[in-house]
Amino acid sequence: MEKSKGTHAELAEQFNKDQSRVDWHDETLFWIRNKRDKAAGKIPEWEALREQASAIKNNVLSNLHTYLEDFEKRALKNGIQVHWAVDAAAHNQIVLDILKQHEITEMIKSKSMLTEECQLNEFLAVNGVDVIDTDLGERIVQLAKEPPSHIVLPCIHKKKEEIGELFYKHLGTAKGESDPQVLTAAARVHLRQAFITRRAALTGVNFAVAETGEFVVCTNEGNADMGAHLSEVHIAAMGIEKIIPERKHLGVFLRLLTRSATGQPITTYSSHFKKPRPGQQMHIILVDNGRSTQLGRPDFRNSLKCIRCGACMNTCPVYRRSGGHSYHNAISGPIGAILAPNLNMEKHTDLPFASTLCGSCTYVCPVKIDIHTQLYKWRQVIVKKGFADPAKAAAMKGMEFTLSSPARYRAAGKTGKWILKHVPVMVNNRLNAWYKHREMPAVPITSFRDWYIKNHKHD
Amino acid sequence: MTNRNLILTAVAKNQPEYQEIPDIPAENNIETETLQSFKQVLSDIGGTALEAKDIAELKVLIQTFFPESSRKVSTMQILSDIVDTDLSSDFPHDFEDVDVAILEGHFGVAENGAVWITEDKMGQRILPFICQHLVLIIHKDEVCATMQQAYAKVGTADYGFGTFIAGPSKTADIEQSLVLGAHGPKSLLVLILS
Repeated sequence: MEKSKGTHAELAEQFNKDQSRVDWHDETLFWIRNKRDKAAGKIPEWEALREQASAIKNNVLSNLHTYLEDFEKRALKNGIQVHWAVDAAAHNQIVLDILKQHEITEMIKSKSMLTEECQLNEFLAVNGVDVIDTDLGERIVQLAKEPPSHIVLPCIHKKKEEIGELFYKHLGTAKGESDPQVLTAAARVHLRQAFITRRAALTGVNFAVAETGEFVVCTNEGNADMGAHLSEVHIAAMGIEKIIPERKHLGVFLRLLTRSATGQPITTYSSHFKKPRPGQQMHIILVDNGRSTQLGRPDFRNSLKCIRCGACMNTCPVYRRSGGHSYHNAISGPIGAILAPNLNMEKHTDLPFASTLCGSCTYVCPVKIDIHTQLYKWRQVIVKKGFADPAKAAAMKGMEFTLSSPARYRAAGKTGKWILKHVPVMVNNRLNAWYKHREMPAVPITSFRDWYIKNHKHD
Repeated sequence: MTNRNLILTAVAKNQPEYQEIPDIPAENNIETETLQSFKQVLSDIGGTALEAKDIAELKVLIQTFFPESSRKVSTMQILSDIVDTDLSSDFPHDFEDVDVAILEGHFGVAENGAVWITEDKMGQRILPFICQHLVLIIHKDEVCATMQQAYAKVGTADYGFGTFIAGPSKTADIEQSLVLGAHGPKSLLVLILS
């Protein structure tokens, strides 16, 4: 699938060419954010739940080594085959090897952001394996040859008419048909055929329980279950941070997950896979791919607490108006912007800057990740390592020169005010990259310093 | 080093100082009207809840809701006079044409309308997902308030597969328009037995 090319600002600019689409995208996501607020408001102990979830995840990060070993031991005992993958390449190879063992060349897959991160579909395609994504939103973006733009709502950027056109081309629905009911019914028939005929199913994992060796997969559509229970081979892929200590902790996380995501009280299905069905093979792949490195960064390890609800995206004023594809990373939005530099800092130096640091993301996060603080900290790391955008770095140098001397600062302030007032074009022209993202303030009549000197002469 | 040892070594080296697991109070926010809220929430998420005073009434309700359904199956022997209760098969695909599956759940959860059901009550794992319409039966006394209480009830039970089912299968992936019947059942009826 073609990843978007360009920086966040460039891609956001493209998205912003269609103002009415931006407004529609913005309003849709904020409507979902409001549903989250309503759902959270119905739970009197909501804040206590967030605190508990955060504390459980802190415990997980501090004891991950033991939990991983415990999980492995119990999963093996339950008859699940356990694999370990240090990176995306190792993960993809494990999947391919399992499929080859069974001479399988067609697989179905329910939602797994990890496989997007590892670019599994692309890898399998060049190795002769066809993959059908079975989540409706994911199937839609797959047909459009695009990556998902949101971790919970993969095709939130698409209008129903565009989906209708895709279905007309690929699934044979009537030309011009765009009724969601009709299109969903067509997808149901099309995907049922895939469920019935394909022998291998890959699912993601929402939670894996160290105490019992079971893992939980949450869907509304039932696609993970349809795939898994009809398959000869079920492969579940999970990041190592998905472990939780005990089964009873699911009670906390399942109360928070969907209320934070879409405002539903729970997903339709919260399925607990503990043992393979008789005659079936069940595999689980534990993937690191940079997570153990992030664990070693005290300022950023908190990002590993994420349960992938997407609340930070729905509330983010930048995400809502720039679209998920502008983040050019499998996971977009505020959480994506703090996870991406961990995997490849150089490639993602722009992402921590794609934020107003308003803190709304932190406020809605069900596991209390300090998202906006981490965005701010990544900016400092990126600038210190010399990865900042050259124009931004030059501007910073200029600022440093000006701010390090009171005399220069006063002179610059006067000049700046004069320019803004008399020749604003010098500032608000297209060559000033800073202005492009902002509106200039009205020029004050006098500077604070002049005002202070004038009014406090006798102090 | 194997991938396993590489990962475990890196994790052991990088994980922060140990932090205690918090206490999770199981008994917070106990509602007294759990049955009433269960019915309300289930209806809000697209399901239907009805009470039946005995098995005879339950059978009448099933017949009323699905008078002409072609293939009705159940794991409950007590329903063998109205539906097919022989679910033995090595192939889950054999259940592709099931119209209505009637299964007994363990309990319901008031705060989200979910019903907990494990493999032993399903006959086949695929059954609650592949059928066109699903009927779950729970006992009136088996409704708890919250998910913490639900897991207290599940306890350390051993199962191969278990799931919470809350409402019919659904999607809102196309412009956030809610459509019932994505891949799984198009409807869910929960019958609450007195």
